[in-house]
Amino acid sequence: MYDKKELDDFKKKKEEWEKECYLQHVKKHSERMKEFTNLSNVNIDSIYTPEDISHLSYDKHIGLPGIYPFLRGIHPTMYRGRLWTMRQFSGFGSAEETNKRYKYLLEHGETGLSVAFDYPTLYGYDTDHPLSRGEFGKCGVAISSLKDMEILFNGIPIDEVTTSMTINGPAAIVWAFYIANAENRGINKKIIGGTIQNDILKEYIAQKSFIFPPEPSMRLIVDTFEYGFKEVPRWNTISISGYHIREAGSTAIQELAFTLGDGVEYVKWAIKRGLKIDDFAPRLSFFFNAHNDFFEEIAKYRAARRIWSQEMKKLGAKKDRSLYMRFHTQTAGCSLTAQQPEINIARVTMQALAAVLGGTQSLHTNSMDEALALPSEKAARIALRTQQIIAEESGVTNTVDPLGGSYYIEWLTDKMVEETYRYFDRVEKLGGVIPAIEKGFYQREIAESAYKYQKEIDDNERFMVGVNKYKMDEPIEIPILKMDEEGEQRQINRLKKLRKNRNNSKADRNLENLRKAAKGNENLMPIILDCVHSYATLGETCGVLREVFGEYTEPAIY
Amino acid sequence: MDQKIRVLVAKPGLDGHDRGAKIVARALRDAGMEVVYTGLHQTAEMIVETAIQEDVNVIGLSLLSGAHMTLFKDVTKLLKEKGLDDVIVIGGGIIPEEDVSDLKKAGVCGVFGPGTHCDDIVEFIRKKVKK
Repeated sequence: MYDKKELDDFKKKKEEWEKECYLQHVKKHSERMKEFTNLSNVNIDSIYTPEDISHLSYDKHIGLPGIYPFLRGIHPTMYRGRLWTMRQFSGFGSAEETNKRYKYLLEHGETGLSVAFDYPTLYGYDTDHPLSRGEFGKCGVAISSLKDMEILFNGIPIDEVTTSMTINGPAAIVWAFYIANAENRGINKKIIGGTIQNDILKEYIAQKSFIFPPEPSMRLIVDTFEYGFKEVPRWNTISISGYHIREAGSTAIQELAFTLGDGVEYVKWAIKRGLKIDDFAPRLSFFFNAHNDFFEEIAKYRAARRIWSQEMKKLGAKKDRSLYMRFHTQTAGCSLTAQQPEINIARVTMQALAAVLGGTQSLHTNSMDEALALPSEKAARIALRTQQIIAEESGVTNTVDPLGGSYYIEWLTDKMVEETYRYFDRVEKLGGVIPAIEKGFYQREIAESAYKYQKEIDDNERFMVGVNKYKMDEPIEIPILKMDEEGEQRQINRLKKLRKNRNNSKADRNLENLRKAAKGNENLMPIILDCVHSYATLGETCGVLREVFGEYTEPAIY
Repeated sequence: MDQKIRVLVAKPGLDGHDRGAKIVARALRDAGMEVVYTGLHQTAEMIVETAIQEDVNVIGLSLLSGAHMTLFKDVTKLLKEKGLDDVIVIGGGIIPEEDVSDLKKAGVCGVFGPGTHCDDIVEFIRKKVKK
């Protein structure tokens, strides 16, 4: 990237500087630590210079936004054109309560919706299933049927606002609820927009809300890809997620490598089915974490764009849109402290800023009380305001990729690319992504990193303010969200009524059709849509698939 | 103590957040205890059955979904029914302060939230088992 002679001269100068200036200084005033490392345990030098990025070609490796390799951003104008979508992950209790929260957030300037479902829903169980005991509405909203989905979006213009749904095992069914609800409201499914997470590989790796074994799960996902680009073309049919991998304890490099590796795996399965890459690839999207190490996070997003566009080219993609690594970001829940919860606002601000400097397409900022309970209304509003301050006041949106060209950032970005490819090789040697999951490779890697991080905190080698430094002994004064205690009973009654009043022979017939189709090879989406339109519940529809596909259990590794 | 302390680390219910459970399992093992980890998605019956089979002194329950008031209590209730009064039950996860005293009444004798030092859990178990 630099003139050879100039660089050689500079190298000499730097050697001199090290000897005469830097080391002399350190002799007198030693540095605070022997080694400085980031959260991926990469050693960080005291200074970065042109020498550290002299192996990079500006045009080939960094380039301009909106063109290959997209490292500086997927759009030429980025936030000068349009700000990121402010999309707060939210859901609790019954559909009625969550509907109210959505309206509240939209009134306060949120620009997209994001649904958190409770555990029974995530596992494809109805609220009245025995395994749902104690879980109703706790980690998200309970959605057991199309009826609940109708209530959840009642009065919300789903033809205008886009909705992201964090659902994986039963993603096809819950998506069908959303599509069916739009159709019943007279909204053409061709115009509705949003995202289903639908990323089962990271469930086996980290988040653990899997239902079926890998093979039928991958089939369902490719079914949604195919149905999506033909019938619901504005929908992102997958959000390939590193967020949960990171929350489970991985490093930033592992998050990056495992996520992009999963992405490539999905593309291969879809190609194997006979889909054309440029048909479905434009609807693939990503989801990353924003953790504490500011520059490492920014480098991670930039590296992801370069790697993804490279890999997609290798797989035969021609369209620019197929090469885009579009992503959502959420600040790191696992970085928040239960101690002195208000200071989480400062953490979230920095993490959110990293996401914006990394060029995110949408963002969720965590609420300060999330290490304690579900966010209260006020905490959720402050979290949203944090994004609005970055967008409206900080000035970082004035230019594209403002940190591009920083020796440190470019060096670190390239380093993360290199480490990612190293992981790709290791996974390939294990036989690919699914064999690596079955061998417990990812699970072990993540558990190892999580334990190491915890030990560093316990041994005071790394600090968390309020936890192992600047501790205070004070009562926690954060209002905790209270849920409507009658919500669960209301939901169970609604389910009972629904099962009694619907046309049961029609629902049964549709479920039987699904069973037959699941045993064959056809795309299941149209049949799932028939099931949900006839008010077959989530548990019933998913239950049929459970019977045909079987269930997955994982080895207990720690 | 001559015999190693035996601990069952368990994940009740549907919650998949296993980072904390795995870290604690490993920290207890590193502290010289015999640790059995159940893996995910355990019912109270499964947990108590494993506790009996493995003859453990301690059960550590981990839950981040918010269902602790139901699921932790299911385990302590079943332990009582089976006459396993000597098994010490501790819990961890996202557990609001106001739930702690209620859980203690139900027989969860120690609750450890985010930010807990692993040594504190080790210490707590050693003290309790000695009694």
